[in-house]
Amino acid sequence: MALDKIGIAKRIAQEVQDGFYVNLGIGIPTLVANYVRDDIEVEFQSENGVLGMGPFPFDGEEDADIINAGKQTITTLPGASFFDSAMSFAMIRGKHVDLTILGAMEVAENGDIANWKIPGKMVKGMGGAMDLVASAENIIVAMMHTNKHGDSKILKKCSLPLTGVGCVTKVVTNLAVLEVKGQQFHLLERAPGVSVQEIQEATEGTLVVNGEIPEMNI
Amino acid sequence: MINKKVSNVQEALTGVKSEMTFMLGGFGLCGIPENAISELVKLNVREITCISNNAGVDAFGLGLLLQNKQIKKMISSYVGENDEFERQMLSGELEVELTPQGTLAEKCRAAQAGFPAFYTPAGYGTEVSEGKETREFDGKMYVLETAYKADFAFIKAWKGDAAGNLIFKGTSRNFNPNMCGAATITVAEVEEMVAVGVLDPNNVHVPGIFVQRIFQGEDYEKRIEQRTVRQKK
Repeated sequence: MALDKIGIAKRIAQEVQDGFYVNLGIGIPTLVANYVRDDIEVEFQSENGVLGMGPFPFDGEEDADIINAGKQTITTLPGASFFDSAMSFAMIRGKHVDLTILGAMEVAENGDIANWKIPGKMVKGMGGAMDLVASAENIIVAMMHTNKHGDSKILKKCSLPLTGVGCVTKVVTNLAVLEVKGQQFHLLERAPGVSVQEIQEATEGTLVVNGEIPEMNI
Repeated sequence: MINKKVSNVQEALTGVKSEMTFMLGGFGLCGIPENAISELVKLNVREITCISNNAGVDAFGLGLLLQNKQIKKMISSYVGENDEFERQMLSGELEVELTPQGTLAEKCRAAQAGFPAFYTPAGYGTEVSEGKETREFDGKMYVLETAYKADFAFIKAWKGDAAGNLIFKGTSRNFNPNMCGAATITVAEVEEMVAVGVLDPNNVHVPGIFVQRIFQGEDYEKRIEQRTVRQKK
């Protein structure tokens, strides 16, 4: 069965390693924090200016001056720090953040990503996404494999305005884990009960299937 | 000590005119100069350009200036959460320049620090880099971005003193320190004005040299956009 958003978040959480500084985008990526193993040390960075983000505050303890990049009230953990926006993006641009997890509307086999604009329909802006994808070496995209009409979002070439070029290294969808390498998608894992054929049918971009493809372990 | 203290927001905004360019600190509604925005509405300056990461919400923050149709051009990285903004943008009434968030911060910092321009990888190969100079360094492509020029920067700090020294709280810091000294005149409003000598020099976030005017702000609402909480077990 295809994964839901929580399933995608759980699978991505397995990619988070001990000692990582991690930036989480809005949406599914935000959920990843809930499923990171508790025997490893990880610090979450939010580009509005906090490192060492904790869970949501208890009811009544929320502070308008302490929010994340999704403008949600948050708390900080011991060892946390606050900083200005230029320093925040120095962390990102300077490759001090180890892993970036973000959502996308489309990804292409050459590693391009589109997630900030649908011409004539939705223009909310790129926020920090363009800075994140242009600099991070380890980018995981969390997304649905197809849109609500069943059309593939895993493409040969992005049709929407790009957020970044040649930057995506891994994609985790409701159907599969894909690696982006050598201008192709490589199928690494299947969602439980999903066949290789189903994944092939839902993928417009070039998909390399090498040998037996294991099921995700979540 | 060089005294930067002015008695109120009216005095602080002396010289503000229509068609000027303003920088406004804040991320969402967090750390926005609420007093300066209210005064800009009262002054009814028109055709202004605003450099601010976001555009407020419909009835608060920069949304107040949008409702009043005072803004000609908005320079931001993210403008969701605001229906009036979307309406004015799609109808062509409002000019919008969307800029990657880190680039926006650095264009402020460059103005503060005296750099005319800088190279960044953000936006290379996207419509953001169209018409801009690009250059390769060590096999990677970068886009040349120029420093902003602004007439006033409106800053919101937590604590400050008459010397113009500022301290921020939590994530309300955001773009505020980067905009200090990045405009011809920097106006800081503070929640708490403390006596000179009270702030520990080790802990000053922005030295007073970057601030021309500072005043004790009033009636802060500090609205929360997304109140997210958990229940005690």
